[in-house]
Amino acid sequence: MSEITITIDGRQVETAEGSSILQAALDAGVYIPSLCYQPDLEPYGACRLCLVLVDGMNAMQPACMTKAVDGMVVHSDVPEVNDVRRTICELLIADHPESCLTCSSNQRCELQEIAAYLGISQQRLPAFERESILDESNPFFVRDLSKCILCGRCVRACQELRAVGAIGFAGRGYDTHVSTFMEEPINLTVCESCGECIDRCPTGALSVKSEALPPSREVRTICPYCGCGCGLVLGVRSGRIVQVRPETEHPVNRGSLCVKGRFGLDFVHSEDRLTTPLVRRDGRLTPATWDEALDLVAENLNRAKSQYGPDSVAGLSSAKCTNEENYLFQKFMRAVVGTNNVDHCARLCHASTVAGMARAFGSGAMTNSINEIEGAGCIFVIGSNTTEAHPIIALKIKAAVLKRGATLIVADPRKIELARFADVHLRQRSGTDVALLNAMMKVILDEGLADEDFIEERTENFAEFRAILEQSDLESAARITGVPAEDIRRAARMFAGAERASVIFAMGITQHTTGSDNVFALANLAMLTGNVGKESSGVNPLRGQNNVQGACDLGALPDVLPGYQKVDDPAARGKFEEAWGVPLPDEPGLTVVEMMNAAHEGRVKAMYIMGENPMLSDPDLTHVGEGLKNLDFLCVQDIFLSETAQLADVALPAACFAEKDGAFTSTERRVQRIRKAVAPPGAARPDWRIICDLSGRMGYEMRYDHPSQIMDEMAALTPIYGGISYDRLEPYGLQWPCPDAEHPGTVFLHEGGFARGLGKFHPTPFREAAELPDDEYPFILTTGRFLYHFHTGTLTRRTEGLEEISPPAPFEIHPRDAASEGIREGDVVELSTRRGAVRARAVVTERSRPGTIFMPFHFREAPANVLTNPALDPIAKIPELKVCAVKLEKLREMG
Amino acid sequence: MQNELQKVFSRYQGRRDELIPILQDIQDALGYLPAEAMNAAADFLKLPASAVFGVASFYDQLHTAPQGRHSVSVCEGTSCHIRGSAQILRAIEKKFALKPGQTTPDHMFTLERVACFGLCAMSPVVMVDGRLYGNMSPAKVLKLIEKLE
Ligand code: SF4
Ligand code: SF4
Ligand code: SF4
Ligand code: FES
Repeated sequence: MSEITITIDGRQVETAEGSSILQAALDAGVYIPSLCYQPDLEPYGACRLCLVLVDGMNAMQPACMTKAVDGMVVHSDVPEVNDVRRTICELLIADHPESCLTCSSNQRCELQEIAAYLGISQQRLPAFERESILDESNPFFVRDLSKCILCGRCVRACQELRAVGAIGFAGRGYDTHVSTFMEEPINLTVCESCGECIDRCPTGALSVKSEALPPSREVRTICPYCGCGCGLVLGVRSGRIVQVRPETEHPVNRGSLCVKGRFGLDFVHSEDRLTTPLVRRDGRLTPATWDEALDLVAENLNRAKSQYGPDSVAGLSSAKCTNEENYLFQKFMRAVVGTNNVDHCARLCHASTVAGMARAFGSGAMTNSINEIEGAGCIFVIGSNTTEAHPIIALKIKAAVLKRGATLIVADPRKIELARFADVHLRQRSGTDVALLNAMMKVILDEGLADEDFIEERTENFAEFRAILEQSDLESAARITGVPAEDIRRAARMFAGAERASVIFAMGITQHTTGSDNVFALANLAMLTGNVGKESSGVNPLRGQNNVQGACDLGALPDVLPGYQKVDDPAARGKFEEAWGVPLPDEPGLTVVEMMNAAHEGRVKAMYIMGENPMLSDPDLTHVGEGLKNLDFLCVQDIFLSETAQLADVALPAACFAEKDGAFTSTERRVQRIRKAVAPPGAARPDWRIICDLSGRMGYEMRYDHPSQIMDEMAALTPIYGGISYDRLEPYGLQWPCPDAEHPGTVFLHEGGFARGLGKFHPTPFREAAELPDDEYPFILTTGRFLYHFHTGTLTRRTEGLEEISPPAPFEIHPRDAASEGIREGDVVELSTRRGAVRARAVVTERSRPGTIFMPFHFREAPANVLTNPALDPIAKIPELKVCAVKLEKLREMG
Repeated sequence: MQNELQKVFSRYQGRRDELIPILQDIQDALGYLPAEAMNAAADFLKLPASAVFGVASFYDQLHTAPQGRHSVSVCEGTSCHIRGSAQILRAIEKKFALKPGQTTPDHMFTLERVACFGLCAMSPVVMVDGRLYGNMSPAKVLKLIEKLE
């Protein structure tokens, strides 16, 4: 794009060809008043405040709608223009309630600002007051349309950026107003409470309920919820977070957030935070000093270690904690306790991804970056309810479809929100993904759509793969999956036909006994069509927790040290032995589910759990509970007394993300800084400090003054993090691999060659799920998430507003199944499987696939994981949380 | 209702510029635009429901609520206003527990407000089923309405 020069009020301004006069002016720091313009929304031309005079044009032109042309001479701050602007502004003010002093937007209102610029101090027109139209139905924000100036920013943001369209314009003439569908209160609409409209509103028409006090300082940090890794700015006043806003410059979220990041941080100042160590005395957890508690933990871990050997101790690290803390935790387990029994909840979500992709490509992480999604020609979303689990990534998918015409294939048994934007929606029977993918690949092969050069040059094992694939056929796949053959064929052609095609997947793929096969099949599909190792095309697992990527990277896994260096590789181990000064165990340790089994059988005697809640997240909860109770000693370190911490012998109070420094690694491998904004409550301490304190008591000194020193130690031992240090993480982090201090980080992986050399095809013959419906248990049960809650709800369920929007303990059932079972909306139903039973309320909806029951796992009132099947994937040892057989019994009518 | 809607949609391609004719067809088939129908049109055209509602609310001849068998419109022009149209409106609102734009539960009539009929000499003016009545008072209007059937 070439540069052009225009003159505004005598100043020369350079701008790119194609930009508007207003854009050119604002980029150059020349002020032209505007109300309806937003740089990232389509120009709108409604407010008329940006009118300017252009030499050679008769009438005044709106600067936002007029393209800058080389040599153009523009007059903005001149009396005749300002006179017109003044009149427009006075009309707006006349129609505005006189309440600036008490308005929540006082001092940050753009209307006030423009009035001041134009020298309007007194209202010259009589005010004709509008009826106040107040909508307070949303738990987080208020809409006061009497203060609305109809700039349309909120409407356009909701439609253009969020693709939600909860609000629009209704009426005509003087009656024109921002309205919801049927003028319903906003809480009854499709609104997702993301807050985008609030941030855009130039006046006080949209405001946040809780933001009464302006902050005295701001701290940039990263959202603690999902793997998108959005940039947040916390507004702090008197030691409390009083405001949360999105970071507008952040390269991933670019000023957007979802409801959890925007409004879900109440947990930080919750009354229920653990503020003092607790020690079990006479069966009850009672307050203790740090010394007492830590001594007790050291004593008990040492005892188990000396009596039964180091492998009688097991530890769960945490995907919510920082990289530094995960590094220290696994170092503690390996160097101090002397066991590889360390794992974390990634086992339950993406173990199959890590296993499958590492074998196929040599790395288990997202091959591409989040922003590259927008450049894909075809996006294939399978087993990911992206809108609810990774909202900001969903925005990129919708932008690709709506703004750039990408095709979208959604494969999901449920009618998830993204299906609205899909060209094809494949509703496969749960647990038949391999059959579906094989059939797609068969079509691609048969129709000659495969990328033969890529296969030839970049991959191996194609012949074996092809031999197995030849056995599958479209018609039987259609029968197995329940997806019409024609749809499978269309999807295959779309994917293979696109210049750049990208696969996006999550737990719908991984949480199966065939999880690794599912991942292999996706890797095969990408290699078959040459869609790896280039921009905007690849295989992209979306990691759930904010730092599950970092916890894996830094070795909170039983078989690998930091940087995926194998514990049974003597060279790798030797490096760590030298650095840490102790011999290290060389046999891979126990995984999460294996730990619980070992606890049950008495092989594991003591456990140290940091920031995890297996009592709600793990499969077959009854069994987990029995295992934990069977331990001689359990230490839980958490910010709340979670279901798991309630069983502990010692509970240690930890600092949360807003109370410490550190780094998280987002799902796109982006290592980013979190920063301390407020002090931890009571005696709570950062997890890294607790681990150091404990380690010292067990005879191994860990001395760090600040997490940056831990990062330096990690970087020296972890090649993929080799070039990462705190000063290099400003302003927006680095994407690994980043091997040395000069390396700029890596946007997409496997360019020119795979991490493992050649990409490897793995034959994946179809296998059924471990437990299928039968006469006794006739339905399939599948589990997942809701937008408004996160994981086991420990954090989100402490935000009142989130509770209000999303009432607890539902399950979803298709109307046809509901009718045959005599179940109506709201009925209380007992769901039982071979492992247990829970009660939940019926939500009758076509979102569910016939024959399939859906249940979110956030709710302790109806813990879905009492029901799920702990059967394991043979390679990744991930349990089959996505499919089991269930029966229903109606207990109570709605009421 | 599903059948009628499907019949309407079958005549269109699903392009966004077809929204207005689609809404007209739906209204012809159903008498007004129920929420469910607007939602279906939104799905059909891949538009937000709020945008469909916005268009429906823009045009006088599109109705998002069921219409009465008769229509009663009260003029709110300056002249009528000065001579008591507000009292007339209030009387109707009170007697029938109705707001402008709404319809009586028995579907007898729909109440509307109008900016000006251009009959200021006879203000206040009320229109019933397309016929204008001048020099009205609350009592006279209520009597007119009572005669509707
Ligand atoms: S909160 Fe988000 S979804 Fe709701 S109206 Fe505003 S922009 Fe739209
Ligand atoms: S509510 Fe705010 S953002 Fe929306 S149109 Fe009104 S003034 Fe603009
Ligand atoms: S999308 Fe994820 S990271 Fe972003 S605000 Fe929401 S929960 Fe936080
Ligand atoms: S900013 Fe140009 S018309 Fe509003």
